[in-house]
Amino acid sequence: MTKQEALFKYFTRLADNALILGHRLSEWSSNAPILEEDLALTNIALDLIGRAQALYKYAAEIESKGRTEDDLVYKRAERQFLNVLLVEQPNGDFAMTIARQIFYSAYELLFLEELSKSKDATLSALAIKCLKEVRYHWRHAYDWLQRLGDGTEESHERMQRGMDELWMLTGELFEIDEVEAMLIEEEIAVDNSSLYERWNTMVSDAIKEATLNRPADGYMQTGGRKGVHTENLGFILAEMQYLPRAYPEAKW
Amino acid sequence: MQDSQWPLWEVFIQANPGIPHKHAGSVHAADKEMALTNARDVYTRRKEGTSIWVVPSNYVVASNPNDADMLFDPANDKIYRHPTFYVMPEGAEAI
Repeated sequence: MTKQEALFKYFTRLADNALILGHRLSEWSSNAPILEEDLALTNIALDLIGRAQALYKYAAEIESKGRTEDDLVYKRAERQFLNVLLVEQPNGDFAMTIARQIFYSAYELLFLEELSKSKDATLSALAIKCLKEVRYHWRHAYDWLQRLGDGTEESHERMQRGMDELWMLTGELFEIDEVEAMLIEEEIAVDNSSLYERWNTMVSDAIKEATLNRPADGYMQTGGRKGVHTENLGFILAEMQYLPRAYPEAKW
Repeated sequence: MQDSQWPLWEVFIQANPGIPHKHAGSVHAADKEMALTNARDVYTRRKEGTSIWVVPSNYVVASNPNDADMLFDPANDKIYRHPTFYVMPEGAEAI
């Protein structure tokens, strides 16, 4: 694997995470419990999709095969998407969405803090910009975790269930493979595995504060980063890619 | 009318440092942290603000529209209350 290939894959992974989670959150549009929350979730979705666009652009530039960011989003098949499994999971009830946000935004916060020190100027600049957004994403998820966990019997129970269901997808966040290894060597990429201790403390403390139980560690399902997805991604792509595939010349 | 939603909060946004917070609208929220984040998400998405205040709506005391004549009309013929009658001292930029 050349450095160029590694960079392309690295940017694509980051972009796919942002795009797919952004798409999932956008599904709350007009469906959130209240209007204000509808805007909050779709604001977060827009932060993520904006970030994805920037990352796809850089990925396409690195690849230099004439593909655009639209090509990368609309013309790749399921197995070519490299996002982690966590972000493609269905929204479930509101508590499950909050569980996903807690796990993911805690990871992102730590990840972007490290990425802001990257030797790649593009990545570090983007990380510094996105950190501001993600601090808010974490705050949003944290406040809801407390309210639901320490709320009514039903909200407590649903929040616990949401976390229990998604816990086995959190292990993948801390994986690294030869793509990262090569770029860590060059001080470009973040060593995901080094984030786990801090993530565990951050998430465990938040869960405890919300009077909930940290799910027990067990089997961790992974594969998304290699393109092996749960059945959920196919449905997302079918919806996202339908129009440009059915009408390739469409402009909007 | 009975409001079936969470409590209402009035939102005040400061557009730039140093100028007054202006009323922007209202949000529903279950607690003050939520009121603040909801206000941020609803009213500052297009760079409208540098600071936000939220106040429970039931703490706002409003004048009765029926009292408008009594409260405001007497000011109509008191034009001397405007500072336009004063001569600016030479060299002063503001008084």
